[in-house]
Amino acid sequence: MSTSSTDIRAGHFGQFGGRYVPEALIGALDEIESAHNAAQKDPEFLAELAHLHKTYSGRPSIITEAKRFAEHAGGARIILKREDLNHTGSHKINNVLGQALLAKRSGKKRIIAETGAGQHGVASATAAALMGLECVVYMGEEDTKRQALNVVRMKLLGAEVVPVTTGSKTLKDAINEAMRDWVTNVETTNYLFGTVAGPHPFPTMVRDFQKIIGEEARAQVLELTGKLPDAVLACVGGGSNAIGIFYDFIKDKDVRLIGLEAGGDGVETGRHAATITGGTPGVLHGARSYLLQDENGQTVESHSISAGLDYPGVGPEHAYLSEIGRAEYRAITDAEAMYAFSLLCKTEGIIPAIETAHALAGALQVGRELGKDATLLINLSGRGDKDVVTAAEYFGIPL
Amino acid sequence: MTTPLDQLFTKTRSENRAALIAYIPAGYPTQEGCKAVIDAFADAGVDAIEIGFPYSDPVMDGPTIQEAANTSLEAGTGAKEVFEALAHATARGIPSVVMTYWNPIEKYGIEKFAKSIASNSGSGVITPDLPVDEALPWTTATHSSEINSIFVVAPSTTDARLEKVTAQCSGFVYAASLMGVTGARTGISSGAKDLVDRIKKVTKIPVAVGLGVSTREHAKEVAGYADGVIVGSAFINALNSADSLDSGIKAVRTLVEQLALGVREGRG
Repeated sequence: MSTSSTDIRAGHFGQFGGRYVPEALIGALDEIESAHNAAQKDPEFLAELAHLHKTYSGRPSIITEAKRFAEHAGGARIILKREDLNHTGSHKINNVLGQALLAKRSGKKRIIAETGAGQHGVASATAAALMGLECVVYMGEEDTKRQALNVVRMKLLGAEVVPVTTGSKTLKDAINEAMRDWVTNVETTNYLFGTVAGPHPFPTMVRDFQKIIGEEARAQVLELTGKLPDAVLACVGGGSNAIGIFYDFIKDKDVRLIGLEAGGDGVETGRHAATITGGTPGVLHGARSYLLQDENGQTVESHSISAGLDYPGVGPEHAYLSEIGRAEYRAITDAEAMYAFSLLCKTEGIIPAIETAHALAGALQVGRELGKDATLLINLSGRGDKDVVTAAEYFGIPL
Repeated sequence: MTTPLDQLFTKTRSENRAALIAYIPAGYPTQEGCKAVIDAFADAGVDAIEIGFPYSDPVMDGPTIQEAANTSLEAGTGAKEVFEALAHATARGIPSVVMTYWNPIEKYGIEKFAKSIASNSGSGVITPDLPVDEALPWTTATHSSEINSIFVVAPSTTDARLEKVTAQCSGFVYAASLMGVTGARTGISSGAKDLVDRIKKVTKIPVAVGLGVSTREHAKEVAGYADGVIVGSAFINALNSADSLDSGIKAVRTLVEQLALGVREGRG
């Protein structure tokens, strides 16, 4: 639902969130907001979505206890929520199925999406194919190179992939270009935003479609261990998988919520994407949140080995959870993430997405801090098939 | 309060014509070149000038202004250069405003930004990505600095919302002629006149039309129903197609002269 424990007024999370967009988009955002609010109360919509979850994307996703990995994390109990096993390989499908259903109900024939790592683009192309919608995906040219496999997947699924050559040629610029398309084609087109950032209602709506992760995981962990976890960890770029697993635990005050941002070469080097850890409040892409910016309010380019986390902004609800002290955010460097990536491959037989590896590196830290009596729940947000070339280059494995 | 911009529209209304409003990003094509463009605007008959604050993520702008903004940013343009350009324009006696996305204002300091506009004799600020719903801190600052707050409306803006937005506007209402981004186009969207007519039903504030206006014919057509004609990308194109700054400035001057005729021809 669009009202929640953290919404102070609709679309705002304390001083964060809101809508900072051209007036041309206000009507479309209002339309999506009311369609979403109506759908969340409509048993038919909810049943249709639940049916897709069960018969198409494979929900509920399972949990896996990572015992061999846990030996490297101070002996803490490590439980993985397996969003990597969803159809299309990540949590992104949860949001996309919801938004594509809404687009269809609103009579739109065309959807557009931005993508960084390509996971949201692939999920959008998938949902468009399933529902018979035209799909255009904007992707930074830089990302089309480092995630070439996902570009092919989107094309196979019938989507048009537009490489974006402006600015830093990454996710930030893909969002700008998608917004420009939307301003122009708003009557026929819905913008399927991929994360919990952007103007209201996107942060709220995307969270509503992702919170199923935490709802399932909370019950699954309770069933397995008989108690709530001590901490819930997830990687944070825009923050959709993190808000998805955090949300149902916000009320459980004793459960620590820990977001792991992309520290790149290290926050102190300035070459990172750790927006809450190393950024300042401001407005980017339609909402007030933390961002990486210079003294003139210009967005500073982010850096991360992970295309999906390589974003200089973050969802406003995370900014708020950080400000009120309910969630904590830490930066994980490329090197720490790649170590955890390799470790999960070799100890558990699971190749995670490099994005997700940031959460796993966080688990190694937090596990050692809390010791062997602790239980950590980690959102294994995506699988790493798309990252094998990057990993091969990183580890010097000849292709 | 009455700003030079307010006085301009009183004058152009008495002359039964539209005002010609010209846009250039600060620092484009260079810091000195920008001042030369402003001089050409002033000499050739522009009525009001918009100084653009170049921004890294300009979602309302098409490729022409995006690239100009990038060039300017790479040359180090920041708030200081924006206010210098503004001061240069107002020193020429031309009513002038700054057009900027919201984040540079917030980063500079909301009140401080409004004060710096006023202290450089600027008339106001156009904020293309600040909906009135989030604008209270800004309009509070513009009121206390006695400058105009200019908001942009679009063909998709409902009548009810037009009333709400124009209630917060002063100086003029910026009517985007079409659903889309800035950039020169071959014709003026038919939606522009409908939008201006709808705006005029809810407010007496002057209405200026922008997006896609690039020729004398366009200016004439828009001047038939609007109080102001805004041209931006066409000047950047003129500069970009010239082989030197001098010939670019000449081309800008010629274009201004043509447009200045257009804004005087529209009322038949």
